[in-house]
Amino acid sequence: MKPLKFKQLEETLYYEQLDNGLDVYILPKPGFHKTFATFTTKYGSIDNHFVPLGQTEPVKVPDGIAHFLEHKMFESEEGDVFHTFGKQGAQANAFTSFTRTAYLFSSTSNVNQNVETLLDFVQHPYFTDETVEKEKGIIGQEITMYDDDPDWRAYFGTIENMYSSHPVKIDIAGTIPSISKITKEDLYTCYETFYHPSNMLLFIVGSVDVNEMMQLVRANQSKKEFADPKPIERHVKPEGTPVDRAEHVVAMPVHTPKVFVGFKESNPTRQGEELLKYELSLNVLLDLMFGPSSEAYEAMYEAGIINETFAFDYTAEYGFGFSIIGGDSTKPEELKEKIIETIAAFKQRPLAKEEADRAIKKKIGAFLRSLNSPENIANEFTRYAFNGMNLFDVVPVLESLEASDLETVLHHHFKSEYRTVATVKDEDMS
Amino acid sequence: MVDLQVRSSQRAGMNIHYWKTDKFKTVTFLLMAKAPLNERTLTVRALIPSILQSGTKNYSNRKQLRRKLDDMYGAILTGDVQKKGEQHVLSFRMEIASERFLTGQQPLLKEALSLFKEVVFEPRLEDGAFAKAIVEQEKRALSQRIAAIYDDKMRYANVRITEEMFKGEAFSLPAYGRVSDLDTLDEQAIYQAYERMVTEDRFDLYIIGAYDENELTRSIEELFTQNRQPKAEGQAAAKSPVHITEKLVTENQKVKQGKLHIGFRTHTTFGDEDYEAMQVANGIFGGFPSSKLFRNVREKESLAYYAASRLESHKGVLMVMAGIEFNKFERAVAIIKEQAEAMKTGEFDEETIEQTKAMLINQMLEAIDTPRGFVELSYHEMVAGTTYPIGERIEALKKVTKTDIVNAANKWELDTIYFLKGESE
Repeated sequence: MKPLKFKQLEETLYYEQLDNGLDVYILPKPGFHKTFATFTTKYGSIDNHFVPLGQTEPVKVPDGIAHFLEHKMFESEEGDVFHTFGKQGAQANAFTSFTRTAYLFSSTSNVNQNVETLLDFVQHPYFTDETVEKEKGIIGQEITMYDDDPDWRAYFGTIENMYSSHPVKIDIAGTIPSISKITKEDLYTCYETFYHPSNMLLFIVGSVDVNEMMQLVRANQSKKEFADPKPIERHVKPEGTPVDRAEHVVAMPVHTPKVFVGFKESNPTRQGEELLKYELSLNVLLDLMFGPSSEAYEAMYEAGIINETFAFDYTAEYGFGFSIIGGDSTKPEELKEKIIETIAAFKQRPLAKEEADRAIKKKIGAFLRSLNSPENIANEFTRYAFNGMNLFDVVPVLESLEASDLETVLHHHFKSEYRTVATVKDEDMS
Repeated sequence: MVDLQVRSSQRAGMNIHYWKTDKFKTVTFLLMAKAPLNERTLTVRALIPSILQSGTKNYSNRKQLRRKLDDMYGAILTGDVQKKGEQHVLSFRMEIASERFLTGQQPLLKEALSLFKEVVFEPRLEDGAFAKAIVEQEKRALSQRIAAIYDDKMRYANVRITEEMFKGEAFSLPAYGRVSDLDTLDEQAIYQAYERMVTEDRFDLYIIGAYDENELTRSIEELFTQNRQPKAEGQAAAKSPVHITEKLVTENQKVKQGKLHIGFRTHTTFGDEDYEAMQVANGIFGGFPSSKLFRNVREKESLAYYAASRLESHKGVLMVMAGIEFNKFERAVAIIKEQAEAMKTGEFDEETIEQTKAMLINQMLEAIDTPRGFVELSYHEMVAGTTYPIGERIEALKKVTKTDIVNAANKWELDTIYFLKGESE
């Protein structure tokens, strides 16, 4: 294994790529009781249009299938994998995002056995018509639960406004009609295409012996047969055009309205170092404009336009990207105006170096804090790796940022044709 | 096995708990302030954490205070209010980057501790009380926070069943207070409640991370010189009534998914002899994805996405929660009751017991891997007024037998079934 030392952070990360193409990372964390592992495929809700393994023509699969597949992976001929993990004292889980499906466990005992279980169940699909049908009821309830969640509705409402054709606008779990069409054959097609080791990454963090763990992973993988790795042909096109609609109201029975102002990324194909620098700049900038120590935050809080739910976030993956700013507000119109005004005001004057430095320092502290959490390290590291970046470059890149980098991003990202506003409110109440 | 070198001492009427560890890249201060849950002081206390974060003697508003925190490598400052049994606990947390990972070598520790102390003990005052403008702002923010619970149906259902199930008991009160009290509270009244809190509440200050012990001790002696007179502590919670009759409460709203919550009285609280057995019983019943509720409500009949149970350790409550279709109410209740009955008759095997114990121990050890999780576990002792360290609790868990679990489950009494469903039904 190759050690990668991050001296200032007192961390050493070990890396090896196996013959079957699987990337394996191990980060020893002495003193921790817990070991946390994620086994992630670069396959998420947006991957609905692709050429199946061994075929030549692209196919379109039903919405929500990556998430459905995630649910079904936990079943095997012998029953439920949760049960196996439970017997071994581990807590297991999984999640599907726009671009990834991750399977994970955490445990403080039987770590080796749990790693084997994780590798084995994800590499052993088992679907029957009957179990696929049964899952439709469970996922139907999951979808209905999110239907009642105003934050989720506001978030997706914003993304739906932005995109005209990119599948990022489709809810990760799909809809009850779309999942009703899913068959076990569809699941196998997606599985065979996207769960090849060369499209996956294993990250293990905790109090583990690196060599012993690596040997276990190697031995486990060498017992299994895989087709030769082939690049996956994905037919989803990046979308960087102006927003599809600038404004939309979602009607829901809420006491407090919610307003999200979103900006769509016009150049969503950055990867690697370029993306790292861009997204860190944008995050620092958002904090300068709207963080709790900003002028705007103070003014909005004092005027009762926002409360502590006010937040902002930037998401970037290959093919799409967006920032979202907002929260609960009893004065939704004023919040929207103030967000737009604040950005306009920032564009009109140069950034104060002192303020930029403070915001950068704050991000460095936040990054150090995030390294306390094995979950966070594993999840973030994987997202970074899938976009050609290294999580441990964050501090040096932050230290190198200058006010001019932030200004470039300010003028690039926050353009009016790329802006949209989603509001959730109870129409009966207004 | 459990690496916990915690040292506790007293200073200025506070209990200070030191956990020096290299595990984390940050140092955390967490102050817990505890007083009995009481209708009169409920809302006024709920306002205190946010008012204190709105200005101190030297940093007169939120923005100035937040800038100071940003300057300290983005130190985190948060306040919270919660219920532990019938105790009302305010908490204040500050977390800073550990100095050894910073290139600047700023002396952060002392600076941070001093700011933390200022936030709690030296608020911004106007004419001997809190500033009126801040009070009005925070009253508005609290009222919105309370209103927001209505929009989060799972939380709402939990609040509603708690109100219905514990009518006449302090436990029915919501930790964050009531909108109807806000009008009666002015800056003077709130300041008086604050003064009582800083003088009379039990204070537990946890300090966790890699720090220089001598430096920290010096700073503490220098900074914490208050003359506190904590009041004698009451019990964690009143006992449940002897006679329970099953209640059914239904409510209609424009929701798409029904929220089913079922509350059982367990008659066992933290520190009781059968506390660990009760935890195992809950674990087998609904505490994990391998439990009876998950398997029977979700996996076997596809009735729900989530179906789980959890314990409130100081009041002795077992709460079941599931999100279901409106017309599956009868079926879901029947299965949950059947599964509770199966717990009472011992329909589970040794393997399940061992598995559940392993999961519970795993959960505790994992908690110790985060500063907050550690405090959450450790603070049980302070609330219950016992000395029952985490290591001993793990050992006690290992000794639980099937008979213990069956006996514990036989203490469960179904008290209230609450169902939130759609309007058209």
